[in-house]
Amino acid sequence: MEKTNELSSQFLEVLKYHGISRRDFIKFCGGIAALLGLSELYIPQIAHALEKAKKPSLVWLDFQNCAGDIEALLRASKPTIAEIVLDVLSVDYHATIMAPAGKQAEKSLQDVVKNQKGKYIAIVDGAIPLKDGGVYACIAGRTAIDIAREVCGNAMATICVGTCASFGGLPAAKPNPTGAVGVREAIPGLTLINLPGCPMNAENITATIVHLLTFGTLPATDKLNRPLFAHGKRIHDNCERRAHYDAGQFVREWGDEGHRQGWCLYEMGCKGPEAFYNCPTVKYNERTSWPVQAGHGCLACAVPNFWDTMTPFYRRLPNVPGFGVESTADKIGVGLAAATAAGLAAHGIIRALRPKGEDKEES
Amino acid sequence: MHELNRVYVWEFPIRLTHWISFLCIIALSITGFYIASPFAHAYSTNQYIMGWMRFIHFVSAYVFLMSLIIRVYWAFMGNKYASWKVWFPFTGERLRELIGDFKFYTLISRKHAHAVGHTVTAGLTYFFVFLLFAFEIVSGFAIYSLTQKGFIWPVLGGWLLSVWSIPTIRLLHHLSMYLIFVFIGMHLYIAWWLDSTEKNGVMGSIFSGYKFVAGKE
Ligand code: HEM
Ligand code: SF4
Repeated sequence: MEKTNELSSQFLEVLKYHGISRRDFIKFCGGIAALLGLSELYIPQIAHALEKAKKPSLVWLDFQNCAGDIEALLRASKPTIAEIVLDVLSVDYHATIMAPAGKQAEKSLQDVVKNQKGKYIAIVDGAIPLKDGGVYACIAGRTAIDIAREVCGNAMATICVGTCASFGGLPAAKPNPTGAVGVREAIPGLTLINLPGCPMNAENITATIVHLLTFGTLPATDKLNRPLFAHGKRIHDNCERRAHYDAGQFVREWGDEGHRQGWCLYEMGCKGPEAFYNCPTVKYNERTSWPVQAGHGCLACAVPNFWDTMTPFYRRLPNVPGFGVESTADKIGVGLAAATAAGLAAHGIIRALRPKGEDKEES
Repeated sequence: MHELNRVYVWEFPIRLTHWISFLCIIALSITGFYIASPFAHAYSTNQYIMGWMRFIHFVSAYVFLMSLIIRVYWAFMGNKYASWKVWFPFTGERLRELIGDFKFYTLISRKHAHAVGHTVTAGLTYFFVFLLFAFEIVSGFAIYSLTQKGFIWPVLGGWLLSVWSIPTIRLLHHLSMYLIFVFIGMHLYIAWWLDSTEKNGVMGSIFSGYKFVAGKE
């Protein structure tokens, strides 16, 4: 831990200005190291990187989204964390929260792309529509895909926040009228990381940026380009209600005795057994709570097409297409088994009633 | 009256895998049903009902897989009644037999093609039944591979995860159980029917291995 003592008095002044003590700052670095799955030996390195970071520019592009991700970030638990990171970075363009407007705003975006080529971080929030030339999302007279190609193509790294930017999300749900896709699909070949979630977890974006500043690379990812530190473990295996699952204690109706006792939400359609995310450990809003803790099943929001494949959200299994909304797998199965039994019984009766005669074997 | 000969049809591995599969399917169906919709609720957290159900499901799953492997192995090593060739009755003559079987089973005709082992229809049916079993195993191991890190589970089923979403795989795993029930219903009915009308010992053969066949074989 010695190195951290070397935090310059200048930097400590800056922290103090934000009402953050040296101790808070080191705790923050420790928290991030833990989240990234790094040993505590990395804490000095992280602290150092944050101190010395040369204020890389960050631009935040908003496309087809609901502003839920920026809401999540602004509500970021410890406001101080967001402040530290935002202070380390220079946020030069952010449609929702920047001061400039109109031509001025677009100029600051152009300045970053031209002057900081390959050095800035691009954050994309929202899906990109491709249908009809991409006309369904235009900003300042340019299509989303056009802007993204230029801005992400010239960035040091692109961070997709939320399921929409990562995989298309809700705009891409069936029937996907605007032909929405995620950034990776719209512009293959980018240096990119996906931080899906509906909304994404603000702590994960902080950790990803700190990793980028400390090591100069994006964290290790899975096949879907999601960081392993956040998506390496299954929700169901880290859920606080898991003991009730194994025991066999399930909520059967909202508000029933089991629900009040905090039993497992499996029968209410919880998709925790299908979802890989760090919600149970990191939670949301200063680690206050997360859906299952609040008594609502997981929706498995961090995978492609979750709106199509994980629904109905309050049933365990999907509906069988072509059999109407109310039919479940079991109704069809029982129907099938009953039809077989009835068919065989009818067969037996007809066989018994038909005119007498020996069944013949042919050779 | 013909002279009846006792013919050794079903060798030991065939009978063994038949009854192992029988037990496995019962265990897998009961526990699978529980996993799908837990019908008994625990009154205390000290219990471990879902835990045991899943444990039994997975142990039976491994046994079921081994049983299927032995059966397929025997399709290449065993006698002609067990051979894989009976699963693919696609020669002209055998296809004609298929039509005869169809008429027999739909009660249009009383003529039943003679077979010591499987009839053509039975052979073809078992081909699809084995496919169904294989699908149940692959889809089951696909779900299982979510929590098992290692090399073997992706091979046994994990690859299915890149074809369908997990809920879809669970749905198909679930629905296939009912298809197995349909097969079991028909299987029992036909075995009982033929056993009672043809008196060649179909039912007994899966216990003893022997059938009674007119003439020499
Ligand atoms: C005759 C064969 C089998 C039957 C009838 C059967 C039946 C079932 C059923 C009905 C379910 C509940 C599905 C749902 O509603 O989500 C289930 C779950 C499952 N089955 Fe099977 N199964 C069979 C074989 C297998 C095999 C060979 C495996 C291989 C490992 C397997 C692994 C699983 C797994 C992992 C689950 C999910 C358990 C969980 O979520 O914890 N099953 N099975
Ligand atoms: S509430 Fe959901 S994630 Fe938690 S144990 Fe139950 S099924 Fe698993």
